[in-house]
Amino acid sequence: MQEPILSLKNIVYSFKTYGGTVKAVRDVSFDVRPGEILGIVGESGCGKSVTAQCIMRLNPEPPGFFEGGEILYKGKDVLKMNKKELRDFRAKEIGFVFQDPMTSLNPTMRVGAQIEEVFLGHTDVSKQEVKEKTLEILKLVGISDAEKRYRQYPHELSGGMKQRVMIAIALVSRPSVIICDEPTTSLDVTIEAQILELLLELREKLGTSIIMITHDLGVIAKICDRVVVMYGGKIMERGTADEIYYETAHPYTRGLMDSIARLDTAKDQELKPIDGTPPDLFSPPAGCPFAARCENCMAICNELPPEEYRFSEEHSTACWLQHEMAPDTPFRRPLMKGKEKD
Amino acid sequence: MHNVDYNSEPLVQVKNLSKYFNVGHKAVLKAVEDVTFDIYKGETVSLVGESGCGKSTTGRCLIRIYEPTRGQVFFEGKDISTYNKQEAREFTRKVQMIFQNPYASLNPRMTVKEIVGEGLKLAKMPSDQIEARVQELLETVGLNKEHMSRFSHEFSGGQRQRIGIARALSVDPEFIICDEPISALDVSIQAQILNMLNKLQNERGLTYLFIAHDLSVVKYISDRVIVMYLGMVVETAPTEELFDHPTHPYTQALLSAIPEADPRRAKASRRIPIKGEIPSPVNPKPGCRFADRCEYATDICRQELPETREIRPGHFMACHNR
Repeated sequence: MQEPILSLKNIVYSFKTYGGTVKAVRDVSFDVRPGEILGIVGESGCGKSVTAQCIMRLNPEPPGFFEGGEILYKGKDVLKMNKKELRDFRAKEIGFVFQDPMTSLNPTMRVGAQIEEVFLGHTDVSKQEVKEKTLEILKLVGISDAEKRYRQYPHELSGGMKQRVMIAIALVSRPSVIICDEPTTSLDVTIEAQILELLLELREKLGTSIIMITHDLGVIAKICDRVVVMYGGKIMERGTADEIYYETAHPYTRGLMDSIARLDTAKDQELKPIDGTPPDLFSPPAGCPFAARCENCMAICNELPPEEYRFSEEHSTACWLQHEMAPDTPFRRPLMKGKEKD
Repeated sequence: MHNVDYNSEPLVQVKNLSKYFNVGHKAVLKAVEDVTFDIYKGETVSLVGESGCGKSTTGRCLIRIYEPTRGQVFFEGKDISTYNKQEAREFTRKVQMIFQNPYASLNPRMTVKEIVGEGLKLAKMPSDQIEARVQELLETVGLNKEHMSRFSHEFSGGQRQRIGIARALSVDPEFIICDEPISALDVSIQAQILNMLNKLQNERGLTYLFIAHDLSVVKYISDRVIVMYLGMVVETAPTEELFDHPTHPYTQALLSAIPEADPRRAKASRRIPIKGEIPSPVNPKPGCRFADRCEYATDICRQELPETREIRPGHFMACHNR
């Protein structure tokens, strides 16, 4: 197995507010390997965006703070970096594509200038060279007529085009990891498909790793190699995209899949929504965060956080239903020999 | 699916509807152009297309939020622009709307009871009856009477959408226009709302016009589908027919872009490429609106508007080359 380029170890991240402490991310660990696309999937408020943002330490601290854990990038702990190191790390090593391209570009700056700004920050090249490089990168992200777009303002571009500019900005320093936070949520399906294809193409050409944050299982299926399913600030299940879909081991993952209308859903078949609402993270439940909405909930689920059970090199879940004493359910999978628990 | 009598008179008839907006010197935004369709009692018709295709504007013309530039809308056989005061009042009772954004469509200064009861108050219902009726409505949509005195900011997105639905139901409508009612909600909540809309339709014999861009949801919920592109209808067909035999190049491309949750199928599926993005509806070029992005476009497509033809029973399509 390849050495991970980025690894999160037992991250606990919280926010201090007037109402108390919100425990947004609770003990999350995962690796990102070179050249892979890792999906983080979950509903609003599950902690997926906070997880992504704290990799680059984008959340204002305070109110946000790390309660524990480490983030290792090429062996160096991001949490121990000083200001200068952190600045370099953000500028050169990791790119970030935000969800809403309409509000994340500066409306008073020309597109070209916004991309050049990144170059000027951390390379010492002449203005002419910078412009050439900018045009080159605009072409790389599939913007035709780069010369014209270079001089336009964001409001003159369509949503899909703006998202391409955002990706261009993230790519300027040729980072080894790009974090995409719901990059296609506000786009139409045909444009979404174009952007996803662009990301696949960039991974192919540049070998960049991508962390894809989304709530859409369609996006996961289309481009991700491995998937992490989050709920209530914790990881519920992880595995390759195929394992998650075909060998689902966690009731929440199943619930997510059953609640969407798919093309092959019969009309007389009622959709199976997940009843109830996500947990309150001011005082997260002691046991499994999904227990209150789970159909297969047992007594222990409310009391103790589940152990992680491993089925293969990649596939594991945190659910008591895999325990040897639990009743048989369709979720039960054969455990991996010798490595039952983490 | 639903028992719909297609030989009866349609509940809603839209004839050659156009809606233009003046957006500056000699610039006309043609949001909707020459749209014609019928909706029968008890059915769910979906209007689909990308943003900017005029689907919401069409919906708004149907409920008299916008005055059409040309064309007519008939409700129960009568032109809605010729209504007198009495008839207009009756029309607003029979036709209701559910909005896309549950955060913007509820007045933050009104309690739930006031929001849901407003229509009843206008219908001159005595206030003691209003209270009982509001309570009943809230229970229908899965809320309870404790929620009556609260304000909308105290609710989650899904709950707010339920309040919006209770408000639409309060005056006992026959026809509801649902303008992207679930696109702002989380996936697990979307299913709750869809199931509820389905249940209400079966219980009350409601007719829906469902405006949406999520094609998987459209396939699940509707009897017939109307596909719009840049203000014009390109294809209309019963749901199964449309998804099995999409004929217009735009419909084919749109269907092939639907995200698929099954990883093996998603990675194997090939999208039919559409060049570029949806052009501006301001002063559109003559000819087929899709011509610039269509891989089959020929000279005639850029000069003449295609006629709408019936290619199979109930399946209408407007393309020169198909």
